[in-house]
Amino acid sequence: MIVLRLALQSLMNRWVTALLTIASIALSVLLLLGVEKVRNGARESFANTISGTDIIVGARSGSIQLLLYSVFRIGNATNNITWPSYEDIARQPEVAWAVPLSLGDSHRGFRVLGTTPDYFKHYRYRRTNNLEFASGQPFADLFDAVLGADVAAKLGYKLGDKMIVAHGLGDVSFVEHDDKPFRVAGILKKTGTPIDRTVHVGLEAIEAIHVDWQSGARQPGEAVSVDDVRNLDLKPKAITAAMLGLKSRLATFRLQRAINEYPREPLSAIIPGVALQELWDLVSIAETALTAVSIMVVITALIGMVVMILTTLNERRREMAILRSVGARPSTILGLLTAEAGFLTVAGVALGTAMLYLSLAILRPMLDRLYGLNLTIEALHWHEWQMLGAVVLAGLLAGLLPALRAYRLSVADGMTIRT
Amino acid sequence: MPDVLEMANVSFRWPGRSGFGLAVERFTLKPREKLLLIGPSGSGKSTLLSLIAGIVAPQTGRISILGTDIARLSASHRDRFRAEHLGVIFQMFNLLPYGTVVDNVLLSLSFAKERRKRAGGQTGERQEAMRLLTRLGLEQTLVEGRSAASLSVGQQQRVAAARALIGRPDLVIADEPTSALDRNRQIAFLDLLFSELDIAGAALMMVSHDETLASRFDRVANLTEIARVLSGEEAPT
Repeated sequence: MIVLRLALQSLMNRWVTALLTIASIALSVLLLLGVEKVRNGARESFANTISGTDIIVGARSGSIQLLLYSVFRIGNATNNITWPSYEDIARQPEVAWAVPLSLGDSHRGFRVLGTTPDYFKHYRYRRTNNLEFASGQPFADLFDAVLGADVAAKLGYKLGDKMIVAHGLGDVSFVEHDDKPFRVAGILKKTGTPIDRTVHVGLEAIEAIHVDWQSGARQPGEAVSVDDVRNLDLKPKAITAAMLGLKSRLATFRLQRAINEYPREPLSAIIPGVALQELWDLVSIAETALTAVSIMVVITALIGMVVMILTTLNERRREMAILRSVGARPSTILGLLTAEAGFLTVAGVALGTAMLYLSLAILRPMLDRLYGLNLTIEALHWHEWQMLGAVVLAGLLAGLLPALRAYRLSVADGMTIRT
Repeated sequence: MPDVLEMANVSFRWPGRSGFGLAVERFTLKPREKLLLIGPSGSGKSTLLSLIAGIVAPQTGRISILGTDIARLSASHRDRFRAEHLGVIFQMFNLLPYGTVVDNVLLSLSFAKERRKRAGGQTGERQEAMRLLTRLGLEQTLVEGRSAASLSVGQQQRVAAARALIGRPDLVIADEPTSALDRNRQIAFLDLLFSELDIAGAALMMVSHDETLASRFDRVANLTEIARVLSGEEAPT
């Protein structure tokens, strides 16, 4: 239809402002969808990471902090639990199983977790899933390591390969435990949790690579050979945290209180689900703020569009008078201008959505690696469609403002050409 | 055959405080008649043209175009009626500058189903537009795919004439269409317009304050003889 074609040409005639308007709407939509995506992705990957563990014990600290470093490998422990305390707690009658966790070393950017083979038996993710081995088995020898799926894939390790663990947590470490290499004994299947980015070794191995170290540096001339190490008593003096499974869930709160009031050293016991909820409560303020900001940005972009259309109205009175002279009704003018706003908004929404998927495709591996945030590339959810629909609706409503003004102008001007 | 235009006992006042209005006792235009309406500015030209085009409706009286009293039609029917039966040429700025020349011509068929059929429908309208443009002295090479903005003022007025004439309207109203042209071009423009008006069988009502063009028209009238301006205090009768 010629009228629509001319309307489009009119818009193309103003392509710079039109394009900038579309771009600003697109960016606002990208922000809106991006915030939603990251929020859902974060919740999902956090909620799926741990299940089946009733209590996590660590040194006295905030429950969120303990949860973050023990389960999600985010941040560091401020203090340790002494081994006798751990053994004491593990021996409590309510405790069905206990798995110690020792953190603090890394291997080429991946964290090293010292634990016991029980870890692979008791750890659950995505509600009921067990850890499964893609190849190999839990560590049997002192210097055996079990790799998470991402570690093996990223560093190209196969069963039987030798690897050297570095001290500290940096991506590149100059202080390496290079005198005591590990052998890859097993590789886990992908879980979509921080496990994928973890190197698992025996608790004794963590002790072993540190026997000749004092305060973070190797003591010159005191190197202990691998064979000598094997003969040492490698019982750890301290661990970072422990996961507990209880015989009965009913005992959870009682044991939690008992640990929190543990007389020999200050400890914290958390229930993962409860701590996670606390984390959500904390994060939801930020989430709400982010959502509010992105809604504001959308509104700003739409106001920009209204301003752009409004400023063209005066110079387009000629256009409107010509349309009226060939028989266009004032309502046609109203429709054309609303359609223009609708077109700009829909184009912005489409471009913004495309930008979301493009940036997901580009940033996903990085987010996964740096923050353990596993965002899935999938079709838009119903909720996201609703948000986009709301943006388009808001765009049309905003477009009514200049359209109504044009309507009034075209009624008043009639066929009089004012320039 | 009924008169193309018949106005009787028309009185109209613009809404708002200015209260400018116009009263026309009796005014007719015969089919194919070419009328030059002379009037100084402020004599109510635009108001008269708006009434005839059906942009506004009079408070009282009758405005018959081909026997249809458009004063009794609803606003949207008046718009449709204008699309089907009238052609309009403005003084200047007739064209949508970003549109092609042909689209500018075809624009007047967008809201008129019958007129579009008369112009040859979807298959023939483009050819008809080209025919008119060529007849009005715009070469095909000048027109093909060009945007209207690239034309000279004289060329633009001829495109506007083609738009007013396509689909054989019954009445063409023109508001000083030649005032932006020099003398020679004025004559040339009118000659082309008149010959196409004859082919289309349309009447012409042209407003101008240039009386030197009078000899070429069937009839010359002074606006002050036809219409009486209503001042603010006077009530419409």
